[in-house]
Amino acid sequence: MSTLEATRTPDVVLVEPRLPSWAPLLVAVGSAGIGALLWIFGASLALGVFAAFVVFLIVLPVWSALIESRRAAVDRLATSLVWTTFLIALVPLIWLVVTVVREGMSTVSPDFLTYSMRNVIGDAQGGLYHALLGTLLVTGMAALISVPIGIFAAIYLIEYGKGKRLARILTFLVDVMTGIPSIVAGLFALSLFVLILGPSIRFGFGGSVALSLLMIPTVVRSTEEMLRLVPDDLREASYALGVPKWRTIAKVVLPTCLGGIVTGVVLAISRIIGETAPLLVVAGATDSVNTNLFDGRMTTLPVFIYQQYTYSTPKGLSYAWGGALVLILIVMILNIVARIIGKIFAPKTGR
Amino acid sequence: MTQSPPETERAAKTPQALGDRVFRGIAVGSGGVIMLALAGVFAFLAIEGYPGLSVDEGLYSPATSFLGYVGPLIFGTVLAAIIAIIFAVPLAIGIALFISHYAPRRIATPVAYLIDLLAAVPSVVYGLWGGRELAQHVGSIQVWLHDYLGFLPFFAGPPSASGRTILTAGLVLAIMILPIITAISREVFAQTPRLHEEAALALGATRWEMIRMTVFPYARSGMISAVMLGLGRALGETMAVAMVLSAKPIVTLNLISGENPATIASNIAVNYKEASPDKQAVLIATGLVLFAFTFAINFLARWVAGRSQRRMAR
Repeated sequence: MSTLEATRTPDVVLVEPRLPSWAPLLVAVGSAGIGALLWIFGASLALGVFAAFVVFLIVLPVWSALIESRRAAVDRLATSLVWTTFLIALVPLIWLVVTVVREGMSTVSPDFLTYSMRNVIGDAQGGLYHALLGTLLVTGMAALISVPIGIFAAIYLIEYGKGKRLARILTFLVDVMTGIPSIVAGLFALSLFVLILGPSIRFGFGGSVALSLLMIPTVVRSTEEMLRLVPDDLREASYALGVPKWRTIAKVVLPTCLGGIVTGVVLAISRIIGETAPLLVVAGATDSVNTNLFDGRMTTLPVFIYQQYTYSTPKGLSYAWGGALVLILIVMILNIVARIIGKIFAPKTGR
Repeated sequence: MTQSPPETERAAKTPQALGDRVFRGIAVGSGGVIMLALAGVFAFLAIEGYPGLSVDEGLYSPATSFLGYVGPLIFGTVLAAIIAIIFAVPLAIGIALFISHYAPRRIATPVAYLIDLLAAVPSVVYGLWGGRELAQHVGSIQVWLHDYLGFLPFFAGPPSASGRTILTAGLVLAIMILPIITAISREVFAQTPRLHEEAALALGATRWEMIRMTVFPYARSGMISAVMLGLGRALGETMAVAMVLSAKPIVTLNLISGENPATIASNIAVNYKEASPDKQAVLIATGLVLFAFTFAINFLARWVAGRSQRRMAR
């Protein structure tokens, strides 16, 4: 810049005029001020914020078009729009978390966590103990089914099937499977067990089968990615020592990327633990504690929330919010645990 | 499960070779189980749903045949999904660009993580929030839309007082499919060859022109597949719609009235409790329709994505 200025003669202008670097900030402050003024004079907060954004999105490009060029103005508009989309995306996340915490806080108590809804009438204290237990059992069983299948399928894809037709088809099917609507998974489990055990069958294990249909593709995907990260040198070194392929996989490849696989599994669990529709259909709902996966209806936490919501009494709604808070906490904890495991074991993969 | 394919290269006499065969068998078997499961979904839904095509006419009320019953439901499903796509796609592409090209490196990763958190929120919580909190606020916007844009068939009204309309449901769906569209678009944007971008900048393009000239053409099929995957999600989402809407199987373009078209998935969830075996068969048959629908869309999306990958690899 400075060299250009030094060499330029009064007649020849080598650079187009530019807005000063503080221009966007100035416009931002200005439009925020206009929004705040609107808010002070009685408009709602949302309207004020909206107005501020609109003013910013108009003023900055127009100013730029006057001083700079049309192209620069378009560029500034695009930049502002991209930043705006990001800010908009934060709104629902924050709004949702704040609402759930605000509404659920007053309901969650030790009693709420340790009482079931059995024989709870009127204002008597009830809780979600039965649903917590149900969630634990159904999800645990689903994980038991899908983790071995998922991991072994990924091993097939990476270690055995590379480049083969069957592997390509399987990869494609797993991709398509991630898009199965959850309620269809529920209907599948229901049809399967209705066919075997009669039309009015509802039990927890059916829920586990439905959930594992949703969980397997996620486990396959994440395991596959982790296996791919293991350097081929390690495998070849092992073969060179005369170790058979299966021992190489079990003793060299899997331990190397174990952390990543566990992270993937925990994330997959956090994904399915909030599934409602399949369990509603195949596991049914009950008010009492049921610890037998193979006999009788079983309530899980999401179904409990839905059930309380459909009562649409003040008490039902507050229980629904309380359940939602507990569920979100569980999901967040699982997510954080997954990240921590990933962090701890990350160096082992070598990248 | 443990059927082992013939392995002719090596004699299966040593215990090590046996171990290899068993291990390989388990791996292949797991892959087989996945394929069987997918085939099973089709098969069992068809077996249990088939009787639902011709049950007593009263069960199809208000329609009289299966097609008449499922038609309005398909309409509602597609309508809600389209609303969701209209809101979600521009936002998602903006956020993906923000993460891949605009945000300072330091905040790009946390932002990507925040957006992924949106995907971690269970659908039942979205439903609760959409039905109780968002609906109230959308309600006043709907009154405004009706007052000023009431001449359009979409906003013919009368606006629902509770705000629990298909527009609200579509908004909730949009938030739910935002993460998946963002994640996929972000990945393809980031794969744009650095040299293309720098060449564009060196020719004097502004950042936006660089994105239009290099990033978008490169990522087009990736974006299409991302949008279709989001569409598939929106079509199959159950709880958020079931909890926001009190729906009837009707066909209407009116987005803001108290009478809303139901979607296939929400219709199943709502009617499930009091279903007789015959009604159950009808619902399973609608589920099969939904599955075929989403399967076709996902299939197409993956095919588009795969084709572009093959083209890029060349």
